[in-house]
Amino acid sequence: MTGVAETLRARREAGEGALIGYLPIGFPTFDESIDAAVGIAQSGVDIIELGVPYSDPVMDGLVIQAATQRALAEGFRLSHAFEAVRRITAECDADVLLMTYWNPVVQYGVERFADDLIDAGGAGLITPDLVPDEGAEWIAASARTGLDRVFLAAPSSSDDRLAQAVETSRGFVYAVSTMGITGARTDIDTAARSLVSRLRDAGAENACVGLGISTPEQVREVLEYADGAIVGSALVKALADGGVPAVGELAAQLATGTTRTRHDLKGSR
Amino acid sequence: MTLKNSTGPYFGDFGGRYVPESLIATLDDLTREWEDAKADPAFHRELDALLRDYVGRPTAITEVPRFAEHAGGARIILKREDLTHTGSHKINNVLGQALLTKRVGKTRVIAETGAGQHGVATATAAALFGLDCVIYMGEVDTERQALNVARMRLLGAEVIPVTTGSRTLKDAINEAMRDWVTNVGTTNYIFGTVAGPHPFPSMVRDLQKVIGEEARDQVISLTGRLPDAVTACVGGGSNAMGIFHAFLDDADVALYGFEAAGEGVDTPRHAATITKGRPGMLHGARSFLLQDDDGQTTESHSISAGLDYPGVGPEHAWLASIERARYRPVTDAAAMEALRLLSRTEGIIPAIESAHALAGTIELGRELGPDAVVLVSLSGRGDKDMETAGTYFNLIDEGAEQS
Repeated sequence: MTGVAETLRARREAGEGALIGYLPIGFPTFDESIDAAVGIAQSGVDIIELGVPYSDPVMDGLVIQAATQRALAEGFRLSHAFEAVRRITAECDADVLLMTYWNPVVQYGVERFADDLIDAGGAGLITPDLVPDEGAEWIAASARTGLDRVFLAAPSSSDDRLAQAVETSRGFVYAVSTMGITGARTDIDTAARSLVSRLRDAGAENACVGLGISTPEQVREVLEYADGAIVGSALVKALADGGVPAVGELAAQLATGTTRTRHDLKGSR
Repeated sequence: MTLKNSTGPYFGDFGGRYVPESLIATLDDLTREWEDAKADPAFHRELDALLRDYVGRPTAITEVPRFAEHAGGARIILKREDLTHTGSHKINNVLGQALLTKRVGKTRVIAETGAGQHGVATATAAALFGLDCVIYMGEVDTERQALNVARMRLLGAEVIPVTTGSRTLKDAINEAMRDWVTNVGTTNYIFGTVAGPHPFPSMVRDLQKVIGEEARDQVISLTGRLPDAVTACVGGGSNAMGIFHAFLDDADVALYGFEAAGEGVDTPRHAATITKGRPGMLHGARSFLLQDDDGQTTESHSISAGLDYPGVGPEHAWLASIERARYRPVTDAAAMEALRLLSRTEGIIPAIESAHALAGTIELGRELGPDAVVLVSLSGRGDKDMETAGTYFNLIDEGAEQS
């Protein structure tokens, strides 16, 4: 079992679910983005989803767009991603997955990217605009290096596509809670529960839910049926508004949602 | 070898679907619906009737001898897409996709627009079919194409200025894709060019190929033979694919796409994607694009909003890679000079986009000599560009009231 799957299993065996936190590299500055990632890990985030700023982030809502655009304007380079992974994994125990749109990886060289990521201590990639159908090169590179590869599953995905996502993903499948882009929402769509159930039917051991989660209550609700809850925009907003201390505080609050009772666990699996 | 029958998702090494999983089901549906529609005589009857009675097809071809004197004396024939309803070739594609929207039972359409021509065409079709319509347009483009913004609003569309990124066409597409991911249940994305994820490159090509099919027959009727060369401007590349397609398997017909070189391809301010870019993924397809070493899309520049795009359709990337078509850069200055020349020699004011094709054709005509026949896609009319041209040529009297 690989890095993040091991973490998810450990949380499950402890009767709890995992908290996965997204933060972009280079926002508000490179050093602060490292401190923020380490800070949320120390406040109870189990897996860090580290966003690689990209010029055309079609899956991202306004909060994350604003942060990643600023990082780019401040001079973010792809080499910073590996440095960030190296520094974060040196300072905390959390697994670090990079969330990256596909073109930067291709331009860097898929094999070279995989080698440099594993050298830096990274766990793998979440690829929001790469579907397994187009992913042969990455599937080969991750198989060679042992990196995790997280593909997305959507409420609109057919059963065949869910089976493909389960089969090709390693670590977990990223279940998109709702049809849409990143950004906090007041209600997590009931579609998420049904999607995770369909992913289980397709054989998924680990399914984590993302998009729209921003409160401890939502984390708790999602972890009734999923292995991990992914929080992004809410953390980025806290970082933008209140800096490193504020994002750590929010992470600690969110982490209170990860404790499940035995009863919940039994009912959900 | 037949080049005409390629249907995607791949054109050689180009094309594909580099999009979020959330869009795959819809793209699959759209692909299936489009295949069904193409095979349905009733769909074609309805579309053909609209193209005839509403758009004004077939459009004329016009030989332009006074202009041709400046192009080495070659016979130059314009395919007059500028004479269509709404003033550019964009309407051909939009009516097909609007009919498809009705067919799939959706009630809302969205579109991106650069120069505003695709937005106007989409707003027009939405008015005609009673669909809700939202147009995403880069804020920079809303300023330089204010007249088209007014046209879209008059037609009942909501125009949303996009303020992220470079605030031009590229960012308008990003924003339209975000809208689509979110509202895919009710909404069809009427994509304006032969780029984007499958099935858009082949679907838009199929809806635009009428340009070349008509023109091929018309040129043969007029001259008794095939042209030596067919030329068009290339931004995303829909008018170019539209006129190229009928000639793809005519090996003796050279195909030339003219890209926007802005202030020059050796400056950072251009939009010459095939000339200066390299392969990568943007807006759902693998094609050529303008990007930095890290794969970040770089900002393009052209005086023409419709060509100001750092990507290009994957079928063009393929035609360039197999050397079936050639792509050359044309500067802002050369395009504006050609715009003025056609206006003064023939009484036809072209769109600045189309003026790139004219400028490239002047050079090409000189190379080919007086025996050559060159067919040019005059993709749109210049009414929308009067403010830009007026400023460029200093045609507006000082102190005059401007809207």
